[in-house]
Amino acid sequence: MNVSSIGKPLTRVDGRAKVTGTARYAADFNQPGQLYAVIVSATVGLGRVTEIASTEVERMPGVVAVITHRNAQKLPYLPHKGVIDPAVGERLHVLQDDQVHFYGQPVAIVVADNLDHAERAAAALRITYAARRPLVDHADRTIERIAPKSADGSRGDADVAVTQAPVMIDEAYEIARENHNPMEPHATTAAWSGDRLTLWSKSQYLVNEQAEIAAVFGLPVENVEVICPFIGGAFGTSLRTWPHVTLAALAARQTGRTVKLVLSRKQMFFTTGHRPRTLQRIALGATPDGKLTGVIHEGTGETSRYEQFTEALTAATAYLYSCPNVRTQYRLAQLDTSTPNHMRGPGEASGIFALESAMDELSYKLGIDPIELRRRNEPRRDEAENKPFSSRSLMQCYELGSERFGWARRTPEPRSMRDGRLLIGLGAATATYPAYHAPASARVRLLADGLAEVEAAASDMGPGTYTSMTQVAAEFLGLPPEQVRFRLGQSAYPQTPSHGGSWTMASVGSAIRAACVEAQAQAASRAVADSGSPVFEASVDDLEWSEGRLRRRGDASPGMSYRDIIARTGTPVEAEGSAQRDPEVAEGYSMHSFGAVFAEVAIDPDVGTIRVRRIVGAYGIGRVVNPLLARSQCTGGMIGGIGMALMERTVLDPRDGRPVNAHMADYLMPVNLDVPKLEAYFVDEVDPHVNPLGVKGLGEIALVGTAPAIANAVFHATGRRVRSLPIHIEDVLTA
Amino acid sequence: MFPFTLEKPRSTEDAIAAAASGARFIAGGTTLIDLMREQVECPDRLIDINSLPFGGIRVEGEDLVIGALARMAEVAADPNVQRLQPLIAESLIEGASPQLRNMASMGGNLLQRVRCPYFRMLDAGCNKRTPGSGCAAIDGLNSGHAILGTSDHCVATHPSDVAVALVALDATMRVKGPQGERSFPVEELFRLPGDTPHLEHTLLPGELIVEIRVPGGPHSRRARYLKVRDRASYEFALVSAAAALSIEDGVIREVRLAVGGVGTRPWRLRDCEAALVGTRPERRAFEEAAQLARQGARPLRHNQFKVELLPRTVVRALALAGEVA
Ligand SMILES: Cc1cc2nc3c(=O)[nH]c(=O)nc-3n(C[C@H](O)[C@H](O)[C@H](O)COP(=O)(O)OP(=O)(O)OC[C@H]3O[C@@H](n4cnc5c(N)ncnc54)[C@H](O)[C@@H]3O)c2cc1C
Ligand code: SF4
Repeated sequence: MNVSSIGKPLTRVDGRAKVTGTARYAADFNQPGQLYAVIVSATVGLGRVTEIASTEVERMPGVVAVITHRNAQKLPYLPHKGVIDPAVGERLHVLQDDQVHFYGQPVAIVVADNLDHAERAAAALRITYAARRPLVDHADRTIERIAPKSADGSRGDADVAVTQAPVMIDEAYEIARENHNPMEPHATTAAWSGDRLTLWSKSQYLVNEQAEIAAVFGLPVENVEVICPFIGGAFGTSLRTWPHVTLAALAARQTGRTVKLVLSRKQMFFTTGHRPRTLQRIALGATPDGKLTGVIHEGTGETSRYEQFTEALTAATAYLYSCPNVRTQYRLAQLDTSTPNHMRGPGEASGIFALESAMDELSYKLGIDPIELRRRNEPRRDEAENKPFSSRSLMQCYELGSERFGWARRTPEPRSMRDGRLLIGLGAATATYPAYHAPASARVRLLADGLAEVEAAASDMGPGTYTSMTQVAAEFLGLPPEQVRFRLGQSAYPQTPSHGGSWTMASVGSAIRAACVEAQAQAASRAVADSGSPVFEASVDDLEWSEGRLRRRGDASPGMSYRDIIARTGTPVEAEGSAQRDPEVAEGYSMHSFGAVFAEVAIDPDVGTIRVRRIVGAYGIGRVVNPLLARSQCTGGMIGGIGMALMERTVLDPRDGRPVNAHMADYLMPVNLDVPKLEAYFVDEVDPHVNPLGVKGLGEIALVGTAPAIANAVFHATGRRVRSLPIHIEDVLTA
Repeated sequence: MFPFTLEKPRSTEDAIAAAASGARFIAGGTTLIDLMREQVECPDRLIDINSLPFGGIRVEGEDLVIGALARMAEVAADPNVQRLQPLIAESLIEGASPQLRNMASMGGNLLQRVRCPYFRMLDAGCNKRTPGSGCAAIDGLNSGHAILGTSDHCVATHPSDVAVALVALDATMRVKGPQGERSFPVEELFRLPGDTPHLEHTLLPGELIVEIRVPGGPHSRRARYLKVRDRASYEFALVSAAAALSIEDGVIREVRLAVGGVGTRPWRLRDCEAALVGTRPERRAFEEAAQLARQGARPLRHNQFKVELLPRTVVRALALAGEVA
């Protein structure tokens, strides 16, 4: 049999390029003779531009153009919506009119011969506005809530069940707006050649960026090429194509020169999406022995006035636990802000915080161990969809996790555990995320030197796609990984879905597998047709591939390698493959990853400082392609969860909607000292239904569950239930 | 960024003369360059003082003398500092990040500017940055702002950690200027905002900080700095406290107490000190005295919690210094 590559802890194939600085990120693709553009962002939260004093700025040193709505080319903005764009509404049209919809909206772009000149001119540009007070606080009850399509779900009568339940809780939860804040800023360099456009641009979804910019400029899709071989973190912020990409292309077209545009850290808080602030309500009804009788989950997210961004805020509540009466409701509050977008664990991370906080609260009210409470409500099938789960190992995750974490040492009473003066708290929470799949394709080329080239228009924002896809190709070609060259990051490669939603391995991996199988078939038929080959005229069914060699079944001869086969004609074998989920299987099963997350916190009873001491996560995610990468995914997600639980919050000034802490020193995220020992374990799980690889996806679930585990630990430590994130010192100070 | 000149002075006198005629000193640049990038400060002439002979750390009798150009990291790691004035080492380590501490000088640290977010945003009213433009923080988001020493014109806290320790320890500083040298307590360097928040310190035009002198005493070794914040590192204090105690025969003989994160300048708590002298180093005594810390506190809409956190931080710092559980 083949020496398997899948499942091996291969270190990153691109690691050397990254640490030696040869990996090129979007802003590294400098072009000869390029100009530099700087965006001027609106300094009011709503209104219109009345005056722009551009004449003096145009005369400043090095300035080539000052582009505003007054002189910007009118862009066609043809209809286009990728999977990642909100279904309802219309994207922001930049520099097409005088309207300001939110603080930080681009209102001008200054182009100069170098960055200093562009920055100086941008700072000098005086713009006058007619401003009104924006509405940016969605807790404001006067704001109308709109119901997005298919936002509500119900089975049984949850309202009656909850009111009549012997034991019930009914609470409100709030989670602050967060920004993705990857290390790498958004950057685009745009170069036109006639009506063909090349974009070196930070993107998690190259083919969508290509299609979107083609639509904005009214070009055939094939006239646009997007290149992005490396991403310095993204967490979802580069899924959509934001206004700055259009602006770079517009500035390049209007000046007739190549233009490079990099957003400032501050601008990364304006128009590149954010996790929407959410307000939620959870009501649970239960019998005294802990059986759920009713669940209500209502949630509201914020969105802009021009688009309805939706996420799966309440979706997991429908299938996570067994309960005859469940009602979920999702609303949007339209505010004078930019459109939010997906941020790691979108929807689930926020919704699960509310549900899992409530479950924990219920466990105390019932006097039942929180894990036992989940066990008593473990469903046998997805009760919302009335389907079996393709696989579900939640209880195994709890078992493995509690053993590794040492849950047994937890004394149930709040405030009952101490380490010296410090209050110690142990908390647990469930994590879940759908096992999505989308159509994808890939190409495999078997070369005369024995190497295999594999290509797909995928991205690698950090999870290790370069490495894991190399392993998949190596596995199915029967080659050692060193003989596989996997390339991604070009829109010209075979199409893939967005690099988000934890579906890259499922979708692109399955496509690579299909391409490998197809390449082998082509190589085999070539060999069979070749009179000089040992398998000449063999029936394909009589042949087998093993370790990259073709021979007759049961034959002990060395057989033929790809190189042998190709050497006979000299032409490489090139095969494309694509994969998508069988609609019947998709219809037949409910497919999700599950996990159990455990956190230990220590709280200083005098001054309220909260420190996470340990996190253990156990996950059931199907097949683990690379345990090293999987672990790294999980620790990254847990760190994001610590941020969500205790630090991250974008604060808007209600007077003008400005993000006040749009600065790395003021928007807190965990630093090394905040990151304790993090442990990730995977239960053995075989899922024959999700996809041919049996993988369920890990990127998002790695963050989901961490924040509620921490919040539940905070309650256990202090007896104070904090239902809003992030939890700060002031929330536990008087506990 | 905008154009400016950077000069290396031939002598201290040259540097001082240049500064007296409008040039700005630059040491580590971690405050100044940062603000220049955002055009909050726009000097057209910088004098690089790093080659002037004001680095190093030395001991003179009971006194520790720290050069104004000594780096935060260097001072924190210095064995004499750790032995004679551990409070200073601890307050430095709790500040900024390793990278910043490697660059940042002690003189620059004392003159670092406020971290009020509106101060850095040119499109917001800020009396400190643009006198007469109003204060966006007073009715804005002010959870990080001061509750002591504020005025109707500015409510920003002084952000330095080591300044809190130096004020507690009665440190003095020596400056050289066009009119010669003078020495004065570090505490007197800092002004209250009043109606002139743009005037932050009492240095005269051209004056250069050359060294900081910290007198030793029986309290020096029982001294702790506690910095309370939402993350474990790389964040300014919500509230911090420097406490030094001299205890003899189970009774407090001398106390030095100053707090940060709450005042518009490093805030010495003399009433608390007086209340503690002669008492036993016990939690109850600390708690009673700490109540005096919030005398005159004027909380804003979002920083109410500091009124509660302040005495708690003081109690905890005293307990750490006195090694009381
Ligand atoms: C992100 C960030 C986080 C930080 N966190 C903290 C923190 O937690 N705690 C803390 O205490 N600090 C913190 N700091 C501030 C840091 O400690 C100061 O920026 C630093 O100490 C300034 O020293 P410098 O040598 O770089 O000053 P410079 O930037 O060179 O100068 C600052 C000012 O002092 C003047 N100056 C410098 N030296 C002299 C002198 N000898 N005589 C007269 N004037 C002089 C300059 O003209 C300038 O106005 C932080 C800074 C940053 C950027
Ligand atoms: S508090 Fe001071 S620094 Fe902040 S905006 Fe007001 S005047 Fe400016």
